[in-house]
Amino acid sequence: MFHDILLARRKQGYQTFTYPDGPPPELPARFAGRPVIDAAKCRECPGPCVSQCPTGALTLAGGKPRLDMGLCIFCGNCERGCPREAIRFGRDHRFAAARREDLIVTGDSETVPSARNETAAKLFSKSFSLRVVSASGCGACEADTNVLTTLAWDLSRFGIHYAASPRHADGLLVIGPVAANMAEAVRQTGDAVPSPKCVIAVGTCAISGGIYKGLPENGNGCAPIVPVDLYIPGCPPHPLTILDGFLRFLGRI
Amino acid sequence: MGKSEIRNSKSVRETKDALMFLSVSNGKAFSPADIPDLDPAAFKAAVCEKAASGLHLSALFCRPGASGNRLIAVLADGRNGRLLVTACTVGKEFPSLTPECPQAQLFEREIFEIHGIRPEGHPWLKPVRFPGNSRHPRKEIGDGDFFSVTGDEIHEVAVGPVHAGVIEPGHFRFQCQGEIVHHLEISLGYQHRGIETAFRNVPPLRRIHFIETAAGDTTAGHATAYCGALEALSGCRVPARAQAIRGIALELERIACHIGDLGALAGDVGFLPTAAYCGRIRGNVLNLTADLCGNRFSRRLIRPGGVAFDLDGKTVAVLLSKLVKIREDAKSAIELLWRSPSVMARFEGTGKVYRKTALEIGLVGPAARACGIERDVRGDHPFGIYAYHQVPPSVAESGDVFARAMVRWLETTRSFTFVEEMLKALPVSDSQSESGPLHPEKMVVSLVEGWRGEICHVAATGSDGEISDYKIVDPSFHNWFGLACALRNEQISDFPLCNKSFNLSYCGFDL
Repeated sequence: MFHDILLARRKQGYQTFTYPDGPPPELPARFAGRPVIDAAKCRECPGPCVSQCPTGALTLAGGKPRLDMGLCIFCGNCERGCPREAIRFGRDHRFAAARREDLIVTGDSETVPSARNETAAKLFSKSFSLRVVSASGCGACEADTNVLTTLAWDLSRFGIHYAASPRHADGLLVIGPVAANMAEAVRQTGDAVPSPKCVIAVGTCAISGGIYKGLPENGNGCAPIVPVDLYIPGCPPHPLTILDGFLRFLGRI
Repeated sequence: MGKSEIRNSKSVRETKDALMFLSVSNGKAFSPADIPDLDPAAFKAAVCEKAASGLHLSALFCRPGASGNRLIAVLADGRNGRLLVTACTVGKEFPSLTPECPQAQLFEREIFEIHGIRPEGHPWLKPVRFPGNSRHPRKEIGDGDFFSVTGDEIHEVAVGPVHAGVIEPGHFRFQCQGEIVHHLEISLGYQHRGIETAFRNVPPLRRIHFIETAAGDTTAGHATAYCGALEALSGCRVPARAQAIRGIALELERIACHIGDLGALAGDVGFLPTAAYCGRIRGNVLNLTADLCGNRFSRRLIRPGGVAFDLDGKTVAVLLSKLVKIREDAKSAIELLWRSPSVMARFEGTGKVYRKTALEIGLVGPAARACGIERDVRGDHPFGIYAYHQVPPSVAESGDVFARAMVRWLETTRSFTFVEEMLKALPVSDSQSESGPLHPEKMVVSLVEGWRGEICHVAATGSDGEISDYKIVDPSFHNWFGLACALRNEQISDFPLCNKSFNLSYCGFDL
């Protein structure tokens, strides 16, 4: 038996990514990253893309497109519905943001939004424990949050851990649109985290309610219950986007 | 009995069935007016008789209408590949099926909670999901009215809704004597987002996204069921290539989840090599799905009429070469389990569900197949590509954690073979066809074998050709009670192990 285990160990090899020292892991060819808008192409366009957006993330204001990543589920309907190739989902995985307004993409600037939090960088950059609460998440954001603990990503090499109790945590990570039936649990878990603390919203649902926004059984994300310090949009965000968000939040990269 | 008499008795039975049931096929539209409308007592007798003969109750729900509330039951006859549909019109109450047909217990509680129609004689009408517009007297989430065991040495353990790991919320109540669990009760509803209600009230554009996130780890399964229903209602023919790509997505989903869970099972018994490797291998399988559509969870891939992304020759070659490597890695990691006595000692005999119990409570998927029940929608009621390409069902007999783990590994290997064969011989056709307007006054039952088991969607259109009713039954709806049964007389410390061997969906149940 022990011989088998050793053989398997040899076969599986060393698999932990070298990122961020080395290159990031390869993203799929059809990856939908940070949206890129060429607003000049939108001039005098009635905007058929807007009616294709299932969440209302994409709007036209004075003929200029405005995409709210905090509402966007990256379904690509707008990209397919655009007759002029003015909007597309790029290959950049970096779109976690410390400020809600930095999730708005207009095409005026193409910069990566800042995710850095000075308090977190000062207090938690070497050791950061998060209590993860799934509040009516569908399981996908949970999976891609959890996958960071596998040996491929090895989250603990950054000193970041998911704690089993809010009492042992420096912050709360919330997933899901926060259905009415979970609101109290999120509130109580947030209260149980000792201060100073921070809150991270992972996934579009947790930021705004996403596809569930405005439905009677749902809150519109966690912000009405716990103030959010880091927004990581996506449906679900790629693990690399989540990790990048954590590291930039803590000032590690 | 002579041959002619046998033939006669068979034809008598078939004639009787035709009076009681409308016999339909998976994914074929029919007119709801053709469903026999029985009186409640005959309805109960007909459904209970079929359930007792081994048929599975796929759905039981209420369709409110101008002429009264219509209860509709769908029974899956896997041996004959037929779905039997029957109905009855009820007022404020109806005779409960549950005392004779335990499979109906949760469906009846759901009907009472949503519509306030009381199943008379139901042994315990507890709430199901605590929705905002609940008709149940107990409306407050968690007010579950738990069964309690009393005695000097009895203690109660309450867990959740927030759990220690990165998992969805739910509440578990254990009645223990020392370390032994006499009874486990599972109270859910924390994930309830109101998908079925929202389905009727929001723009149709949003529906596919509710479906894709109904149970987010089963996106391909639910999206295939939804698109199958819509295509049947609109009379749309899906190109073979699209069917094949859907099959690939569905099997990749199965492979990813089974491998992830086998790793987690290893972790729960402290066998770290397999636990460590499988977490990574699961991620690699999800990356294959991302090669299909850019998303690791099949989001934006499956759409009414076909698939939104075709596969070119280069992508197929890349997928095939990655698949071979992943399959080797998975084999080397997972087969360690069966060769390690310390693992087998913990798997074997733990969390046993008897075949008889499994049939009575209506288990589906790997949990049922681990009890020796050969029930698999892909073979019993073939849909899409499975009508042309068979996947043999994987079955074990012992009903314990070992059986569930072994079934899941056997299925994984067969899914690998399926995906390889599909990729090597992708049908040449379009990947998308036009999905037109829905026909009015039609109904369809769309079954899909998701990785947890039977996914059942029932859709009906009104006279305007719009969807008037949409019912979703996730496999977890059938199987949570199986987990409660598996825990009887087990040590409470084995709960994580038993739980992971099922790994049921909270949001799929809560919707």
